[in-house]
Amino acid sequence: MAELFIEIFGEEIPARMQLAAEKRLADGLAQALKDAGLEGDAPRSWSGPRRLAVSIAGLAKTQPDLNEERRGPRADAPEQAIAGFLKGAGISRDEAEIRSTPKGDFLFAVINKKGQDAEVILPAMIRDLLMQFAWPKSMRWGRSRQRWVRPLHRVSVVFDGKPLAGELPLGGGASVPFTASTLGHRMLSPQEISLKGGDDYDQALNAHQVIADRQTRIDMIAESMASLTKAEGFTVMDDDGLMAEVAGLVEYPHPIMGQIDDSFMALPPEILVVSMRSHQKYFAVSAADGTLAPRFITIANMAPDAKRDAMIRAGNERVLKARLADARFFWDQDCAQPLSENVAKLTGITFFEGLGSMGDKAKRMASLAASIAGMIGADADAAQRAGLLAKADLVSETVGEFPELQGVIGGYLAAKDESQAIAEAIAGHYRPEGPSDDVPEDRVTIAVALADKIDSLTGFFGIGELPTGSKDPFALRRAALGVLRLIVHNKLELRLKDVFALAAQGYGFDKASDALIPFLHDRLKVWLREEGIRHDVVAAVLRLDDPRHDDLIHLCRLAQALADVLETEDGQGLMAGYRRASNILSAEEKKDQTRFDGGVDAILIETMSDLAEVRAAVDAAKHVAPDLPVFATLSFDTNLHTMMGVSPEQAVVELSAMGADVVGANCGRGFEEMETIATKMAEARPEGALLFMQSNAGLPELVGADFVYNGTPEGMAELATKMKSMGVDVVGSCCGSTAAHTQAIRSVMVS
Amino acid sequence: MTVSASPSSAPLDRKKSFQSIILTLQHYWADQGCVILQPYDMEVGAGTFHPATTLRALGPDDVWNAAYVQPSRRPSDGRFGENPNRLQHYYQFQVIMKPSPADSQDLYLGSLKAIGLDPLDHDIRFVEDDWESPTLGAAGLGWEVWCDGMEVSQFTYFQQVGGIDCDPVPVELTYGLERLVMFIQGVDNVYDLDWDGVPKDQGGKVYGDIFHGAEVDYSHHNFDRANTEMLFRHFLDAEQECASLLDAAHPLPLPAYDQCMKASHIFNLLDARGVISVAERQGYIGRVRALAKGCCEAWVAAGKKDQADG
Repeated sequence: MAELFIEIFGEEIPARMQLAAEKRLADGLAQALKDAGLEGDAPRSWSGPRRLAVSIAGLAKTQPDLNEERRGPRADAPEQAIAGFLKGAGISRDEAEIRSTPKGDFLFAVINKKGQDAEVILPAMIRDLLMQFAWPKSMRWGRSRQRWVRPLHRVSVVFDGKPLAGELPLGGGASVPFTASTLGHRMLSPQEISLKGGDDYDQALNAHQVIADRQTRIDMIAESMASLTKAEGFTVMDDDGLMAEVAGLVEYPHPIMGQIDDSFMALPPEILVVSMRSHQKYFAVSAADGTLAPRFITIANMAPDAKRDAMIRAGNERVLKARLADARFFWDQDCAQPLSENVAKLTGITFFEGLGSMGDKAKRMASLAASIAGMIGADADAAQRAGLLAKADLVSETVGEFPELQGVIGGYLAAKDESQAIAEAIAGHYRPEGPSDDVPEDRVTIAVALADKIDSLTGFFGIGELPTGSKDPFALRRAALGVLRLIVHNKLELRLKDVFALAAQGYGFDKASDALIPFLHDRLKVWLREEGIRHDVVAAVLRLDDPRHDDLIHLCRLAQALADVLETEDGQGLMAGYRRASNILSAEEKKDQTRFDGGVDAILIETMSDLAEVRAAVDAAKHVAPDLPVFATLSFDTNLHTMMGVSPEQAVVELSAMGADVVGANCGRGFEEMETIATKMAEARPEGALLFMQSNAGLPELVGADFVYNGTPEGMAELATKMKSMGVDVVGSCCGSTAAHTQAIRSVMVS
Repeated sequence: MTVSASPSSAPLDRKKSFQSIILTLQHYWADQGCVILQPYDMEVGAGTFHPATTLRALGPDDVWNAAYVQPSRRPSDGRFGENPNRLQHYYQFQVIMKPSPADSQDLYLGSLKAIGLDPLDHDIRFVEDDWESPTLGAAGLGWEVWCDGMEVSQFTYFQQVGGIDCDPVPVELTYGLERLVMFIQGVDNVYDLDWDGVPKDQGGKVYGDIFHGAEVDYSHHNFDRANTEMLFRHFLDAEQECASLLDAAHPLPLPAYDQCMKASHIFNLLDARGVISVAERQGYIGRVRALAKGCCEAWVAAGKKDQADG
């Protein structure tokens, strides 16, 4: 077994692209090897600013021999089909065999290919892999035709512990020959390092001030930062995104801590943090009480050295000072006048072509926030004011410089002249921004946050700018998810149709787009699924014909209730019963070649014998369908009693008392007994009870192998006539009846 | 007025003066085989606008290596001489090498060493920063170069200029001279930069002595005084002149490109005066780009013709 090791060395790869490229290289190589019949162990891989590397061990040194038989077209197939087959199989016409099969004579190709040595096929495989390697953004350099993310200088290839010859053509006559050596740290150790494979790669580079393994670099940074801050009782503010980035900017990570000049500590801490993070890629540090400490940490790409460290620290401190002086200049400008003065300038910024200016949006938000505040019990005046001012920081100098601080800056500026609630609402109105961002809980903030998002959704939907596929340039999915999370987290019983209608009025639209609620349902669907709700429950709940389908918290509760009940034994039983009914219906539909989809007119509980069971069924029917009439009938087939000993007189009284709208008997033992039962029930029925009799078509008789009911339609009509005269309100038919029987009853009852 | 006296009383190492750094860079790049040019005699927003970069990046020379200082004007960056880091007029040192040498990065690091920034004494990093000039229709991939957290240069492999693919590909190095020399001199305020290395009591000059008044006056000009009606007119004139110089049977790409630079600067002034709305902005940028594109195309065509004639 052998190992294949490749390192690609070049100029600095953008940090954000490294990890994905490392994975693409590892996967691509593993796949190419597999396609060549050389499957190895799982790949190991490395990436950093100047290199990508991959190692795959456990490879055979020779491809397996290939013995393959392929069936082709019929021997008398058109020439083109035969030529295609021969070409695909790589054989000539003479080499193809003709074999007789029960379906005719067919061409067969028998391919016996001797496996090649891996050494022979690998150079071209690696060359092709690199030539086709995809980067999110690539470039040419010098006279190259080949593209790479930045100029590529070396390709080192080691197979089975030995250098593997080959080359990567760059175009224009130039190429990069494969070597088995690389270079160390650019400044600290720029000499040649010979490579032997993946096992000693880390060690070989380590000796030249390069930490090849990304996770090792991250661990070094984390440990070193922890020890730097520990002495003063400080901690580093976690920032995974920044950590991932700096791990891609350095080959030898060396955190150095510096001081933030005290004069800047009065600035809003967010300004300091953003300034340090986005411009300088510094980690921020917090003091024991959670406030920002006057420290920053830069991750240098040099080994520790007291003199050099001091120089690097001083340089970075000076840079930060200049950055923060700039930031303070903007902040002081902004503080010179109240935030409210910015509102007038918002008319100069377009919100979106066709949707007016930011000034228009501010006015709409003010009015909508006030309305929403009324619906959710928030201070409407505060919401209106906050809505009007929420976007005012967009024309501030500070947000011009640090767009990611929109909202936050408005909050700080508002705090000078406005109430605490208004300032808080302005600061928080963009939230929740991501799926993991905290959801505001303050009522005024909620009103403004909803107004902002609902205004945008209504506007963009109103002019047909809907997200399509992966394209969502106005982040409307995020806005909809924000609306959903604000409502669900705060359990707001908000009728969105009303809110969208108000928002549409704000734009002067006739009405809000019909696509809005379904769009929110789509988000809710995903959200419920993530909450672990079964997809069939979600589908059952998210129905546009539910009169409260625009009340998201209602839908959530419904979904939860349904999911809960389905977990219980009763729920399982209900599902089983429903499934059975549904299966029966499908079977009947198939048999009758029709669809029974006319809806439900009444609920019929029939052929019952135990009153407690009937009670349970009636209760359930009244609960799920309070508006539908309930029919309940018993079957008196045991000496004019039910199997459980209930008499017709008792039945008619008790069934009525249960709340069944129509009571009576069904099935039974022939016309005569049914007549007797009807008489007893008619005599005993309480006032107001409606009577219902459903007799079988006489009694069954065995004729040959089949049961045949002996009652004729005429007999049925005669019984119906008697029942009608007794005052029975509804007459139906039961076992053995045909359409003719029903017709006969109808003619009696309707006449 | 924030101009203060030079922060340290110790005499400056003359090699670290503003003018010495320029001289050192010129020597260094001359030694690498660059043509040392002088600034282009027009107002431009960046050293890239110099025809030695914009046009020569495209043709006709197969090899073109040049370096020069270019005063750059960004009217809206004026701060009335009150901001220690921002100027509406500043200097860039520009290097263009076509085709980009295989050791571009090493050559660049060598230049830092030449001006006293030994990479072994500092933390130097190449941080992704792709460059794009919407007005020139130009784009490239590269980095900002950081020295101890300070961005000291822009390093770009040009891919396109005037909408035309570069072949061979040039590399462009741009040093922001004020920032770089502030770093080298350890000065926090640009106006305190030692320009000549001559002690003050012997008549030596700091940056503020030379440029502070200009920064104040030009800030007034850029933000308040420049005659916008005239500028709109001049923009149209430049645009039309550029088109007519390109249109004829005998196009004149270089004089036409002068008009393109002029239009670009007038646009920047109008922008600083705040008379171009957000909606109009893209339109103006597009118009300048169309001029740049026309000039580049005419330049490339003329180069091909020269080669054919030659």
